[in-house]
Amino acid sequence: MTDAPKAMTDLIDLMARLPGLGPRSARRAVLHLIKKRGQLMGPLAEAMAQVSATARECLNCGNIGTTDICEICQSEKRGNGMICVVEDVADLWAMERSAQFKGRYHVLGGTLSALDAIGPDELRIPKLLDRIASEQISEVILALSATIDGQTTAHYIADQLPGVTVTSLAQGVPVGGELDYLDDGTITAALKARRAL
Amino acid sequence: MPGPFVAKISLSHFRSHHRTELSFDGGPVAIYGPNGAGKTNLIEAVSLLSPGRGMRRAGADDLIRRPEAIGWKIRAEVAGHEVETWAEPGSSRQVRIDGKTTSQVALGRLMRVLWLVPSMDRLWIEGAEGRRRFLDRAVLSFDPRHAEAVLDYEKAMRERNRLLKDMVRDAHWYAAVEGQMARAGAAIHAGRQSTIEALMRAQADAETAFPAADLALSHPETDPQTTEDGLRAAFAEGRSRDLGAGRTLTGPHRADLEAVWKAKDVPARDCSTGEQKALLVSLILANARALAQAHPPVLLLDEVAAHLDDGRRAALYDEICALGGQAFMTGTGPELFTAFGERANYLEATDTAGVSQMTIRESQS
Ligand SMILES: Nc1ncnc2c1ncn2[C@@H]1O[C@H](COP(=O)(O)OP(=O)(O)O)[C@@H](O)[C@H]1O
Ligand SMILES: [Mg+2]
Ligand SMILES: [Zn+2]
Repeated sequence: MTDAPKAMTDLIDLMARLPGLGPRSARRAVLHLIKKRGQLMGPLAEAMAQVSATARECLNCGNIGTTDICEICQSEKRGNGMICVVEDVADLWAMERSAQFKGRYHVLGGTLSALDAIGPDELRIPKLLDRIASEQISEVILALSATIDGQTTAHYIADQLPGVTVTSLAQGVPVGGELDYLDDGTITAALKARRAL
Repeated sequence: MPGPFVAKISLSHFRSHHRTELSFDGGPVAIYGPNGAGKTNLIEAVSLLSPGRGMRRAGADDLIRRPEAIGWKIRAEVAGHEVETWAEPGSSRQVRIDGKTTSQVALGRLMRVLWLVPSMDRLWIEGAEGRRRFLDRAVLSFDPRHAEAVLDYEKAMRERNRLLKDMVRDAHWYAAVEGQMARAGAAIHAGRQSTIEALMRAQADAETAFPAADLALSHPETDPQTTEDGLRAAFAEGRSRDLGAGRTLTGPHRADLEAVWKAKDVPARDCSTGEQKALLVSLILANARALAQAHPPVLLLDEVAAHLDDGRRAALYDEICALGGQAFMTGTGPELFTAFGERANYLEATDTAGVSQMTIRESQS
């Protein structure tokens, strides 16, 4: 048996590195793309090149956009004195889909973990503390995982924000990379039932 | 009312068992046969119908039958549910209940399992770790959530120990981690304390041939903290000392279980080997009696007859029958179980060229 040409096996190897795909599903996906190269593969390649050239992290909040400061941070309307702190951009997107939260975000990019050498500086926490003052924030909502690392991070942040109301999403609601799997109603309920930390 | 029990079990490529299928009626089961026949392996399989690594604390790979090494599987009927647990080489153990994949924790809700194994014979004379584990298993039998508190505490403490080793100076970070330790630590302490009280009550209320033990938690600290606030303050205060040691020197991970033979006022570690065994049997029976109302447990008593004299052995069997639940016992010969008479089911274990065979015997003969 002869292998596919090198360019194609390279593509398969790259695809197999995507979350949720393994070597088998990557082979299937690439085969599908090649069969539909006119309608699908060409436009996909163009879209990828475009996003790859323009995507960047918001210097203020860590959201992903195409400008140095993302649309949410630029919008006057979103400056309502509330910041929702999330672990991941996927959580931010999930919150936005539910369209309930009208304030701004701060994306940490993970949780504190001494064992994994992830400290406050790796998590944009100093930037968050700056923003509390410069954006006249009155309430910080922590939407972090219920794991030990998530809760350590929540308390670490809360500990340094005297004078600001710090709340967390209702207990029992899985958050932190998991917001993504929740329906809008559940996110809305968790937001309404948020509690002082 | 009899509690949940193992009505059927089949072992496939599990340790010395190639294919073993057995049915039980919920009463005591006496398993006898020569050393190495596969008796302990069988009840180890039963212990894996509860959360954790089972009564030998073995890794999933160690359970794989050699030389085939193709993975193992246990299937059982427990309280009317079909339980499957298995592991393939190099992977962790999986659990399915009624055809649905689930976590090991779910096993703890189906059935409580208590065990006594020969390695516990040295429990009272060896280090505190074994006694803490023994106590924590008892706590777990009353409250499956204890496992979570222990895991949370250990995870948070590993974080703190890493901060200490790396000489991190961020006080907020310590405070956040110590808050987690304090919350879990207080829950661990409360669970241990209430379990000790339940065991003492169960000993006091019972008519038993086994010696009552006075139990107490002890701590290396002169002023041990046990509440959430107290622990949080103690961790904060201990930071500079712990920085020197590179690890956490105070907290429930340092606690010990003290036992004193009540009638004689002799600490367990100074009792004779047989007396130490009798104390352990006494605690397991007390644990079973304390659970009997809400969650009657299944008992696994490996080689328990070995250190007991005839009188105590007969008394043990009477108490097992009085508990009314399922109990698996092992011993080298049928004569060890004579006092059971018709009240137990008998299994004879033999080894044929490295494969365990289990044969049901009508009564021991
Ligand atoms: N993974 C394994 N594969 C095959 N045989 C095993 C495995 N683990 C243990 N054994 C064998 O099982 C036997 C011990 O069985 P065990 O149940 O402990 O005996 P006993 O009847 O004395 O309690 C030993 O002969 C040992 O070699
Ligand atoms: Mg044995
Ligand atoms: Zn932004």
